Amino acid sequence: MGAGHAHRLYRHGHSPVHGLPPHTKLAATFLFVVVVVSTPREAMWAFGVYAVLLAVVAYHARVPAGFLLRRLLIEVPFVAFAVLMPFVAEGERVHVLGLSLSESGLWGAWNVLAKGTLGVAASVLLAATTELRELLLGLQRLKLPPLLVQIASFMIRYGDVITDEMRRMRIARESRGFEARGVRHWGVLAKSAGALFIRSYERGERVHLAMISRGYAGSMPVIDEVTASRAQWSHALALPVAALAVCLLGWAL
Amino acid sequence: MGPVTTPASPASLEVSGLAFAYPDGHQALFGVDFRVTRGERVALLGPNGAGKTTLVLHLNGILGGGTGTVTVAGLPVGKRHMAVIRQKVGIVFQDPDDQLFMPTVREDVAFGPAAAGLKGAALEERVRHALELVGMADFADRPPHHLSFGQRRRVAVATVLAMEPEILVLDEPSSNLDPASRRELADILRSLDVTVLMVTHDLPYALELCPRALVLSEGVIAADGPTGALLSDEELMRAHRLELPFGFDPRTVAPPARERA
Repeated sequence: MGAGHAHRLYRHGHSPVHGLPPHTKLAATFLFVVVVVSTPREAMWAFGVYAVLLAVVAYHARVPAGFLLRRLLIEVPFVAFAVLMPFVAEGERVHVLGLSLSESGLWGAWNVLAKGTLGVAASVLLAATTELRELLLGLQRLKLPPLLVQIASFMIRYGDVITDEMRRMRIARESRGFEARGVRHWGVLAKSAGALFIRSYERGERVHLAMISRGYAGSMPVIDEVTASRAQWSHALALPVAALAVCLLGWAL
Repeated sequence: MGPVTTPASPASLEVSGLAFAYPDGHQALFGVDFRVTRGERVALLGPNGAGKTTLVLHLNGILGGGTGTVTVAGLPVGKRHMAVIRQKVGIVFQDPDDQLFMPTVREDVAFGPAAAGLKGAALEERVRHALELVGMADFADRPPHHLSFGQRRRVAVATVLAMEPEILVLDEPSSNLDPASRRELADILRSLDVTVLMVTHDLPYALELCPRALVLSEGVIAADGPTGALLSDEELMRAHRLELPFGFDPRTVAPPARERA
């Protein structure tokens, strides 16, 4: 209880980017990532331009560079593989600082690293400027399967409830002198996880009962219509359109 | 012996000969008969396992298939009128975390009416009005899990009020509430202009709010009468495992106001 009133990725603000309707931002981010991914890896300058484009968005969204860079750390486990590629890939070798590296491996690593980083940066910007609730409305508006949106919205609603339940179970365990140390105690933790699953499952049944009592018949009624004007769409799509121009240049040159 | 009813007054709820056994063979109800007149506030008392929850789930047709009938404002509960019945019978479940499943209070209160097809300004107005009735209008944009338990219970009542029900059914409304929240909820319930059926073990609360009480025990209505008289009948109380809190004597409490008798 009393946790933050928004998710941790979100950065409260009233910038022009914050103000855009969520579905335009979602569409823009998605298109931007598609364009970035389809850029030839040899056009290294293009990725530099993409980074500048994102920096411009971040500036307008008043998201500080430090915040963005810290959030980028989330990709570290995913790009670890990319670092290995120059060492293990086949093909022509080049020598850098006494290390023998594969040339195609280097290109592959660069490809993953550059595209991955730009994609994550775009997502971080989206998350920093859009509340979770709005994201869901945006997804709904973009006609994502309603069941998926419902599942996501229940995750948001019940995440805290279940975390709280988990915390109470941990306190109950510890109050009776239990402390998880080593493999021998995993059994207890596994049983707690099982109990938590059953409790959550039963809560699901009770929630469903409450829903049908209020007239639920399989689909969520639309309560908030989100709409976007032509101007808002063009502002949001400025990013992927600029990126597309860069991408086409990258292929042409 | 419905104390304040006359046969001519319209019934919000009529249950007759209701019997029900679960698929595993456990029989929970053995022929339940009672009638609640429009505007009445009635307490349904009974020990654990008396079949109270089973009865409640029959009122809006979630359970069914046994014998007997349930009629809400003249409409029989059954497949044909299910949507209307669920609008007319507003059930407030015991755990508000089960009842409030939407990301914000406002959307949760809007859920029922929106499912029934209400839109736009009319929907906004309905939500605002329901939240005002329970004094939670300032919390419309908050997520339910950031409210106190008492506030969540009040929002749960609002979610049901927003559907403009014929009868409000409350399952253990006072459970887990501190005394101040208890009193606030009582004030709200007293101010509402709907029929109320309140399922509870909390006998002082029943006496405070409901002029009439039913005792459900072992699947039948064992007693029906003015709440004060039932609670003062020590033999009846003992026979049905109903116990008053220590030091509480219903005979010394002023009877509840019969404002709509």
